[in-house]
Amino acid sequence: MLHNYVLHVYNDDVRSSTAFAHTEQTQVAIRVHDLVKRYDALTAVDRVSFEVSSGEVFGFLGPNGAGKTTTINILTGLARSDGGEVWIGGLNCTSNTKRAQHLLGVVPDESNLYPELSGFQNLCFCGALYGMRRVARETRARELLSDFDLAGAADRKFAAYSRGMKRRLTIAAGIMHHPPILFLDEPTTGIDVASARQVRQLISEMNQAGTTIFLTTHYIEEAERLCNRVAFIVDGRIVREDTVTQLMRQVEGLHIVEVSLNSGSSEVVGLVSREFPDLRVEKVSDAQLRLVSARPIRAGAVVVFLESAGLEVTEARQVRPSLEDVFVSVTGLAVQEMKRERERMSGGGVAG
Amino acid sequence: MRYCIPFWNILVKDIRSYYLKPPNISWGIVFPLAWTGMFFVRSGGGLDNVLSLLPGVVALAILFGTTSVLAVTVTFEKKGRSFERLLLAPIPLELLMLAKTSGAILFGVINAFVPILLASFITDIAATNWGILFPTVLLIAMASTFLGLFIAVSVSEVFEAQTFSNFVRFPMIFLCGLFFPIAMLPTFLQPLAYALPVTYGVDVLHGAFDGTSVLSLPLNLAILSIYCVVLFMLSLMNVRRRWIL
Ligand SMILES: Nc1ncnc2c1ncn2[C@@H]1O[C@H](COP(=O)(O)OP(=O)(O)OP(=O)(O)O)[C@@H](O)[C@H]1O
Ligand SMILES: [Mg+2]
Repeated sequence: MLHNYVLHVYNDDVRSSTAFAHTEQTQVAIRVHDLVKRYDALTAVDRVSFEVSSGEVFGFLGPNGAGKTTTINILTGLARSDGGEVWIGGLNCTSNTKRAQHLLGVVPDESNLYPELSGFQNLCFCGALYGMRRVARETRARELLSDFDLAGAADRKFAAYSRGMKRRLTIAAGIMHHPPILFLDEPTTGIDVASARQVRQLISEMNQAGTTIFLTTHYIEEAERLCNRVAFIVDGRIVREDTVTQLMRQVEGLHIVEVSLNSGSSEVVGLVSREFPDLRVEKVSDAQLRLVSARPIRAGAVVVFLESAGLEVTEARQVRPSLEDVFVSVTGLAVQEMKRERERMSGGGVAG
Repeated sequence: MRYCIPFWNILVKDIRSYYLKPPNISWGIVFPLAWTGMFFVRSGGGLDNVLSLLPGVVALAILFGTTSVLAVTVTFEKKGRSFERLLLAPIPLELLMLAKTSGAILFGVINAFVPILLASFITDIAATNWGILFPTVLLIAMASTFLGLFIAVSVSEVFEAQTFSNFVRFPMIFLCGLFFPIAMLPTFLQPLAYALPVTYGVDVLHGAFDGTSVLSLPLNLAILSIYCVVLFMLSLMNVRRRWIL
């Protein structure tokens, strides 16, 4: 079956990718075993192993410098590993990634299309790189430009696109050739809320159409919403890998209250922790706290305490436990560390 | 067969984006012509001198036509990360680099015929051995393109690529027998002349235009071909070693 697929790629058969998903439902799309990558003294990827089944959305979650992009680079042929084995679509690609590159679509973390070409020309060129014929690639390019809300900018130079438009065109370029396996490196970083929502919608649709998706992200809520399975990676090591459902079970019984203050205070975490020793107190920002407990939280008592300490509480609300809480308990990294990163990466919120 | 489409499209994109742009045309064509004018004036020779100058001008036109753009097509695209798209495509690296350089080779060949065409108006070039000229022009274009490619993939910045290629091609104007015989060079420079590929190409061109070559034709062509293969392989090695980290 796989062989059939491989042959079909160059026939521009639109249905071949979905055919892949249906016939290879139980197949492993990506298998990585003990992958190692070193840059001088730094081990960027440290004995990483995982499997991604055909048709699933697999999330790779971790803070800056965890080794997410490095892993993608090795899997797609932009970097060489220093150890371990890689299979893609059943092909052993350990020493030769070229063998599987026709099965892959890659959306890099930074838009890297040709600034001097128009959106339409960029897409057509990308299709041609995968052997698509002229009529097929022009039809596909028009279809994608309209799907990605870029039809009006089709003939404008890529250099003149806004950041969100660049991002969308980069994603479109990655799927021009109907790849059965798609790598998305932080697809929603640096774009506005509406664009991010649109991109997530597109990712879902591509997955429903049969594309296997490997996604890296800082936004844990995004992974929770999109992924079937996630791996948490910190300092080049996978610290936990499981289905989202299974991971969520771990925090099922947790009670969480978020408290917002009128003004920031650096000692507030210490104050609350001392007064309520049975609560785990996390700092979201100077003016926002997260209280976590296995038992129901008496939010009123906390509010009264904070007010009596001279702090003005503007809001206290119960929130559902999320994958973020799993991430915190598994990695030991504070939520705020991931949040801070997200704020630095301008604008790209997950709200919505 | 399945690689024809990517190969052709890479070539066409490069030609559109880089080769047909004014700065390239001026560097590639006007500059060698200006140099030649200078030599022509200095040598003080009449029209009968044209045939002895032509091999040098042709070589110069090829050298500048091929090397001036590689710094942009390769180094600049690497810097801007769009080169990653090419590395991600299911095309063997050899073919990819050939596609990236065939624009330069083509431009070098076309450039070579500009001075030949001009010369045909002012002098009689009927004695030219075209059967030798065509393959030689192609081989010189390939050798100097791959030399430029080697420089372009050995540095990280566009200005480095430009600086180094000037560092290599300007001395070649004097060292490779373009406008005066290598025998006229100081003795200690002569081995250097024979270490440069263009020397062998220019020698064949002299043979083709005015019948004054030093080495035998098969030897010249063989050495030129070996340079092409070696420089291309070294470039591929550098891409694999430096760019696929
Ligand atoms: N070419 C390189 N040379 C040296 N070190 C590198 C190179 N590429 C990556 N690294 C290092 O490897 C580590 C992992 O980097 P990587 O880009 O994979 O992280 P990441 O998880 O993608 O982070 P981010 O969220 O910021 O994108 C980092 O410490 C980085 O500095
Ligand atoms: Mg990254």
